[in-house]
Amino acid sequence: MNMASSTLATAEVSSAKIVVRDLTVRYGSTLALDRVALDVGDRQVTALIGPSGCGKSTFLRCLNRMNDHIRNIRIEGSVSLDGVSIYDAAVDPVELRRRVGMVFQKSNPFPKSIFDNVAFGPRVHGLRDRVELREIVERSLRQAALWDEVKDRLDRSALDLSGGQQQRLCIARALAVEPDVLLMDEPASALDPIATAKIEELIHELKTQYTIVIVTHNMQQAARVSDTTAYFYLGRLVEVGPTEQIFTNPSRPETEDYVTGRFG
Amino acid sequence: MRLHTDRTYELQLEKLRSSVLEMGGLVEDQIAQAMRALTTRDRDLAQATIARDHMVNRLDVEIDDLAIKLLALHQPAARDLRLITTALKVTTDLERIGDLAEHIAERAQELAVELPIKPTIDLPRMADLARGMLHRSLDAFVREDEKLALSVCSADDTIDQLHEQLFCDLISFMADDPRTVSRAMRLLFVSKYLERVGDHATNIAEMVIFMVKGRSIRHLDRPPRDL
Amino acid sequence: MFAATVAATATVLGILLFLLGYLVWQGASALSLDFFTHLPTPVGEAGGGMANALVGSAKLLLVAAVVGVPVGFLGGVYLAEYDGGRVAFAVRYAADVLNGIPSIVIGITVYGLLVVPFGHFSTLAGGIALGLLMIPVALRTTEEFLRLVPDTLRDASLALGAPQWVTVVRVVIPAGMRGILTGLLLSLARVAGETAPLLFTALSNRYWSPGWLQPTASLPVMIFTYAIAPYDDWHHQAWAAALVLLAIVLGANVVARLALGGRSTAQT
Repeated sequence: MNMASSTLATAEVSSAKIVVRDLTVRYGSTLALDRVALDVGDRQVTALIGPSGCGKSTFLRCLNRMNDHIRNIRIEGSVSLDGVSIYDAAVDPVELRRRVGMVFQKSNPFPKSIFDNVAFGPRVHGLRDRVELREIVERSLRQAALWDEVKDRLDRSALDLSGGQQQRLCIARALAVEPDVLLMDEPASALDPIATAKIEELIHELKTQYTIVIVTHNMQQAARVSDTTAYFYLGRLVEVGPTEQIFTNPSRPETEDYVTGRFG
Repeated sequence: MRLHTDRTYELQLEKLRSSVLEMGGLVEDQIAQAMRALTTRDRDLAQATIARDHMVNRLDVEIDDLAIKLLALHQPAARDLRLITTALKVTTDLERIGDLAEHIAERAQELAVELPIKPTIDLPRMADLARGMLHRSLDAFVREDEKLALSVCSADDTIDQLHEQLFCDLISFMADDPRTVSRAMRLLFVSKYLERVGDHATNIAEMVIFMVKGRSIRHLDRPPRDL
Repeated sequence: MFAATVAATATVLGILLFLLGYLVWQGASALSLDFFTHLPTPVGEAGGGMANALVGSAKLLLVAAVVGVPVGFLGGVYLAEYDGGRVAFAVRYAADVLNGIPSIVIGITVYGLLVVPFGHFSTLAGGIALGLLMIPVALRTTEEFLRLVPDTLRDASLALGAPQWVTVVRVVIPAGMRGILTGLLLSLARVAGETAPLLFTALSNRYWSPGWLQPTASLPVMIFTYAIAPYDDWHHQAWAAALVLLAIVLGANVVARLALGGRSTAQT
């Protein structure tokens, strides 16, 4: 990975949790993101919408440096968390990922017990005390609205759970390390409507404590769940604004075309 | 402008627009017909106008049904959402205008059997103004022309003034000759109806501005100079 | 077309059943408690066994495992998880070449390196030769089963803030462990029957082989020796040894199948 960071490493006065400026990402010669500038509000839900291949998932993965592992990737521009650039040489990506957690499109619990899944993160970060781990596991599962359903079978395999339960388990697992930010990449796209509704309800509850960025290709979901919506197209951020405004009276005709279903 | 990827949806939105126009054209004609019945003292024409009101109501119901269906099935957003909610509100105003035309026709029937009391030149002028406002607001709707809509809002004052003037005239008329009271009152009602038509046309124009610009200017004290 | 496939399947099954049947018919009569507990007796005496060959094969496989498993396993982990371009390519290529080298060539090489300088045949040399044969299979199997572990699991672990090595050790390897173990077991089973390299390295022994530095008897070599000898009694014992060897290999395969038949690492 070849990276040229900008000089924006000092704190900016803003209530934004994450500040992105001039973010440009290339895979080899393909331009995936083009000079994206976006503020992610603290303890809000920001939704990223746009057609397939528009760069929203790439953008998401820049926020916790999951793109570092990709071959031939070049990242320019700045991404700051609480005023500190995350691509700074002094920043440890491992620690960053503890603060910025991620939930994926297809639920991916480890083939271990439910308890071991949720306890994995804290254990990796050095926690050994069994009592504390149990507390953290319970708290995380409660936050993910899964505790009542699994409290009697924490030792059973996580793979026995239904799809919706597995996804909530993955959310609990991410919450167990007490992140500041939760990134969600199409978290409900593989779930039925009831499971989806439960996830959306969960997001409503979580946003009082966590900053959430959610990528979704389901516009109605973005409309239901988010405070701010950002529309991406072909790697560029076309428009960002309060969700209500984006869906009743967007400024850019491209945005309006997309949200009304005029895909050309 | 791009079309919806879903062509059926596109066609239905088009049908919504054209139905609103159809209803608008119909009530415009109802006003004209009722006024003609009034000035020519034609009871049959008045009766025909009254009978035709049911067509206005039928269109109102059809448009409502279509709008609700589109809301339920297509989750419209942005301009489409504004179009549909505008259509819903505009038909209310149009339906009321239709009722007002019916009332004018009823007054025409009543006045036709009595002696005329004064040349009713003022009322046709008011009617022309009101119909003009209605016509322009519907034009603005189909052309999505917010400037045209704004001009309608400004014209409302003129009609209000005409009504005031007619009110004073008729009051003095009645004071001079008490035998004309019932006829003068009926004419006053017609004036009131026409003033209400102007108000409804203004409502429609305000909704058109909301539809086009996404901002509501309803219930402001004065219409804005520009948008 | 259907008839052709049925015929082919029937042929394969038929051959296997025939082999089994023939071995059982020939060797079952010589299988006895003596066979498993006694040393070979001089020609003519009854009641001999192949106890030393059984123990010898076990010791050889132990050495082979000590050599082959760590190298194969760690090499496989490296290729699957730390795939580093040119180096990985070279390692993979080398493993494939090693796999293709005839076992007798391996044998004679080890002979030159470990037997001649020390002046005697040894269990150690035999085990090392078998271990070398094991490496490519163990490496490739490990790599394949690790690659089967979906990337989503790696992503999940990394996203929780686990460093790469923790992800490999605590998530990927456990997830692929069942497949890896069966692969290692099968590669052991494969080398259990190799005869050629043992001829140069462990040779054979009519008695117990103490320690690791003496030549030792082994099942395959005993089969070879007894089968071409002119004594009927030995022929029977050779059949019995063959049956035992086959049973071991079959057993390993059955265990592997049962182990892999459980829940796979892939998600639904």
